[in-house]
Amino acid sequence: MSQAAVAKLKGAFAASVLDVKEHRGEVTVTVKKEDIVAICRYLKEEAGYNFLCDLCGVDYLGQSPRFMVVYNLYNITTKERLRVKVPVEEQDACVDTVSGVWSTANWPERECWDLMGISFAGHPDLRRILMPADWEGHPLRKDYPLQGPGREPYQGRLS
Amino acid sequence: MANTETMTINMGPQHPSTHGVLQLVLELDGETVVKAVPHIGFLHRGVEKLSENRSYHRALPLTDRLDYLAPMSNNLGYVLAVEKLLGITEQIPERAKVVRVMMAELTRIKSHLVWLATHALDIGAMTVFLYCFREREAIMDMYEKLSGARMTSNYFRVGGLSLDLPEGFENDVREFIDAMPGHIDTYEGLLTGNKIWQKRTIGVAKISAEDAIDIGLTGPALRASGVDWDLRRDNPYSGYEDYDFEVITRQGCDTFDRYKARLDEMRESCKIIHQALAKLQPGAILADVPSVCLPEKKDVVNSIEGLIHQFKIITEGFKPEPGEIYQGIEAPKGELGYYIVSDGSANPFRMKIRPPSFVNLQALPQMVEGALLADVIAAIGTLDIVLGEIDR
Repeated sequence: MSQAAVAKLKGAFAASVLDVKEHRGEVTVTVKKEDIVAICRYLKEEAGYNFLCDLCGVDYLGQSPRFMVVYNLYNITTKERLRVKVPVEEQDACVDTVSGVWSTANWPERECWDLMGISFAGHPDLRRILMPADWEGHPLRKDYPLQGPGREPYQGRLS
Repeated sequence: MANTETMTINMGPQHPSTHGVLQLVLELDGETVVKAVPHIGFLHRGVEKLSENRSYHRALPLTDRLDYLAPMSNNLGYVLAVEKLLGITEQIPERAKVVRVMMAELTRIKSHLVWLATHALDIGAMTVFLYCFREREAIMDMYEKLSGARMTSNYFRVGGLSLDLPEGFENDVREFIDAMPGHIDTYEGLLTGNKIWQKRTIGVAKISAEDAIDIGLTGPALRASGVDWDLRRDNPYSGYEDYDFEVITRQGCDTFDRYKARLDEMRESCKIIHQALAKLQPGAILADVPSVCLPEKKDVVNSIEGLIHQFKIITEGFKPEPGEIYQGIEAPKGELGYYIVSDGSANPFRMKIRPPSFVNLQALPQMVEGALLADVIAAIGTLDIVLGEIDR
């Protein structure tokens, strides 16, 4: 059970686990940013979460901390999912890379840097991936205009 | 002394065998690839940003345009994710679930047909292309009959389906899947025993199970490396637990085994569709959740309550309670995931799509470095990428 893994994680990293939530049967653990690599390695090697499905950033503009980096993990043996999140401050929008734990984190981290502007310390190749190399700004941030910068906002309805 | 200077060349973005607008910068030593760097993003349309600015119903048509070779799989992943977010997964009517499975499997066949056609064409087997597109055309016709569109179907709805099956549709499907195994035998007759095909695929672009998991491969590409994992069986959705099918795994880890795995998957899909047809009973196609689902057209045109109901859903949408969910499905190319965060408003606060091709393409450099230039083409084909979903 993912709850069992969370209990184990709490035992090993008591000071790092900030919050555990369950919604629609999915468990989300929020942990301290400083320990994310150690926690991911622990979850991979000790708890069997050997597959990183996805990694992305979420911008909670107006809240503090502003960003969350979200890791969706999967255990191929027990077929269970677990979500780990780390809060990231706007002033220090940088998280240690987990590409040393899973190589698959490479591109999603690049994407997170490109679109959300969260950089990853120790990343082997932190370049923009979807936007052109000379693009300014990070389009998925909530304060980035939908129509792009330097254009009149769209006057019609969007939703 | 031989000259050992390496040469850097561009492959793409307008190269016919890069399956879209993928650019590969290849460093070559003679014909051997020393380094391969993929550049993507040429098709970036900002689907994730756009969906944050529209209601849940109106974000659905954007998902067709991700993997445009398998539009209904994208729709399915999205509607399942939103249903999970709303907590109405249990209320989806049986008929809708069965039709979803049937269409998802037809979509899998459709996607695999384009993969086989282009993959074989890239390697030099031209006839297969024509056969595969003939069968694909039959599926496209079914799509058109069902949804009015050949590619951008937009057929599923949050809560069920947009329309019931048209008259005679079940017969079309039955005829098609009765003939399909024979067609697959034809493709196999052209390729499997073909010496040239074998030389071009066996032992090419190998990746071990461990490396494949590490780099994040999913779907048939992972199963051909011996990892027995299929979300349809392991984390069933839309009633897949009630179907009897085999998960195809192979041990070869190479292009040939990925080819065989996908062909066998098509046969399994035919089996699933047979079972779905047998299960298909008349009944409701939309869940009885008035706050989410549109009313029937006859209610809209005949009663003021129906009209108001439709108006409210179209103008305001629905508001899932705050929370976050991840829903993964077994799309033809691998795990397609939707991670949706709701803040209690009518628009998704954040929608992250995990496209299988995006992650699978990451494996390309390690598959081709040290191989021959000609094998790069086989490797791109065997990964079965679609740039529409890579760039989003």
